[in-house]
Amino acid sequence: MLGEGIAKGLVETARNFFGSYVSRERLTTVEYPEERLPQQEAARNFPFLVFDGEDWKAGLRCVACQICEKECPPKCILIEKSKDKKPDAVGKPQFYPTVFNIDVSVCMSCQICVEVCPFEAIKMDTEFELSTDDRFCGLLWDRERLARSNEYYHGIHPTEAAEVDARLAEEKAKAEAKAKAAAETKANPAGSTLAASTGVAPTA
Amino acid sequence: MTLFASNSAAETADQFFVLIERWIVAHVPAAARPVVADVISVVALLAVFASLFAITTVLERKGLGRIQNRYGPNRVGPFGILQPLADGIKSLTKEDIVPLAADRWVHFFAPLVLVVAAFSMYAVLPIGRNMVLANLDAGVLFFFAVSSVMEVSIFMAGWSSRNKYSLLGAMRAIAQMISYEVTLILAAVTVVMAAGSLSTVTIVEKQAGYTGVLPHWFVLTPWGFAGFVLFMIAATAEANRSPFDLPEGESEIIAGYFTEYSGFKFALFFLGEYIGMFAMSGLGITLFLGGWTAPLSFLTWVPSYLWFFAKLLFLIAMFIWIRGTLPRLRMDQLMNFAWKFMLPLALIDLVAAGLWRFLPNEAVRWIACSLLVVVSYVLLGRGLARGWKLEKRVYRFAE
Repeated sequence: MLGEGIAKGLVETARNFFGSYVSRERLTTVEYPEERLPQQEAARNFPFLVFDGEDWKAGLRCVACQICEKECPPKCILIEKSKDKKPDAVGKPQFYPTVFNIDVSVCMSCQICVEVCPFEAIKMDTEFELSTDDRFCGLLWDRERLARSNEYYHGIHPTEAAEVDARLAEEKAKAEAKAKAAAETKANPAGSTLAASTGVAPTA
Repeated sequence: MTLFASNSAAETADQFFVLIERWIVAHVPAAARPVVADVISVVALLAVFASLFAITTVLERKGLGRIQNRYGPNRVGPFGILQPLADGIKSLTKEDIVPLAADRWVHFFAPLVLVVAAFSMYAVLPIGRNMVLANLDAGVLFFFAVSSVMEVSIFMAGWSSRNKYSLLGAMRAIAQMISYEVTLILAAVTVVMAAGSLSTVTIVEKQAGYTGVLPHWFVLTPWGFAGFVLFMIAATAEANRSPFDLPEGESEIIAGYFTEYSGFKFALFFLGEYIGMFAMSGLGITLFLGGWTAPLSFLTWVPSYLWFFAKLLFLIAMFIWIRGTLPRLRMDQLMNFAWKFMLPLALIDLVAAGLWRFLPNEAVRWIACSLLVVVSYVLLGRGLARGWKLEKRVYRFAE
């Protein structure tokens, strides 16, 4: 009969109406500023620069190779290379950025800078509340604002950070072994050739 | 105070606002008295119904939210009750854009005409005992005459905007409103027949008696019930409310006839629509739900205006419930429903109202009228459903 469907619909909406007062499970809304859902580990929004140790200036992993600057599709990264060198995470003396700016309003969160970085220096942050009332300086982040400690990186992306740490440790060990070998060759070229030829490790 | 001395407490509460008005009027010179009395009533009507509009917007948004398992607005003030204030400030501070191609003056006057027409309808609505602005002998006629001015304003808005969506919306609105106005007036005519008067005050007085505890409301008769349902469906269509909101169907024609309105003019359209909806509900209450009379004989001590607003809020809640339930109709469904179902049923209802008047025996007229209404409802509904065959859609040009 005409009107049956309407009556069914009215019952359904009435059930929703009263049910939403009785059971909280019906309400799917998360009241955002007060309530938050836990962040997904793979979440990403805006890049940051990783530094090791306590001092962000000394520990910055970035070596100012400028690959990210060249690869960035919207060209939101500006890097100026230093004149002098300082030891990087692996221990090699490297350049460092004197200026490293990223424009928040231009960045499109594509993560290409992270993919191309050979030094594990730039990573994606999960922080998403970047709005500001200062639309000029407030949106242009310099290296001090971009710098985050490795511990922070572990906090937001634990799995990824552990992998990165393992890779860096491996590289560092390799570099140290190489340096050691190089130092020994320098100190005792004959002994090292002997050791290499006989297969016996040289003793100190 | 000597003013209230002669009345009982219940009667004083009932006539409180009337007495206040009389007291104020008594303090002005005799020549100015009629004008002052009218101004007081008009200001009171404007204030009360504009604030009812504000309350309804927030209640509607909260109600719809709950129907969709959401919270609804809850940020401005406690439980979001100050939301209309924020909306008002927002619409006042927005830029008022008039399209370059628009007909400036018609574009400007359309929302004003709508609001003025919507508020004029309250002139003949008795919202309490002795609380009516103008007790016209042809009150119902005046009401419908003014309500059709709203259609003019909607067409003014759609035509003057020089926008295809506005014009489409206006054309839909006119087609819809004229179709449903026929049913609306025919449904009201049943009451006019039964009451023998076009005066809204007399119609309410005819319903003021009680049999046992039950009132003599027209809705409690078979023809009255059918008439009330038809009237409210047609009123929904007249007020452009969902499911008859084709004129402003935002998913297809943006906002229909008020696409080109922004800022406060947009708010005026919104206000006009709600005020019109309240007025239609008010007339429905006056004609079928006994106006300001109490629903049970032992509740007559409650002030009459409270009953009117209780009934009004009930009908508003029904409007919100319907809006939260039904999807928008298609144009052909809308027209079929108006002309093939509503109009024949309204005509049959007229016959039922006549039968009710002339059949002598109480039991006989109950059975005859109920049968007439129910059988025609079922048959007409079946006739309407015959057109709805679910078929596989064939696309002639796509695929």
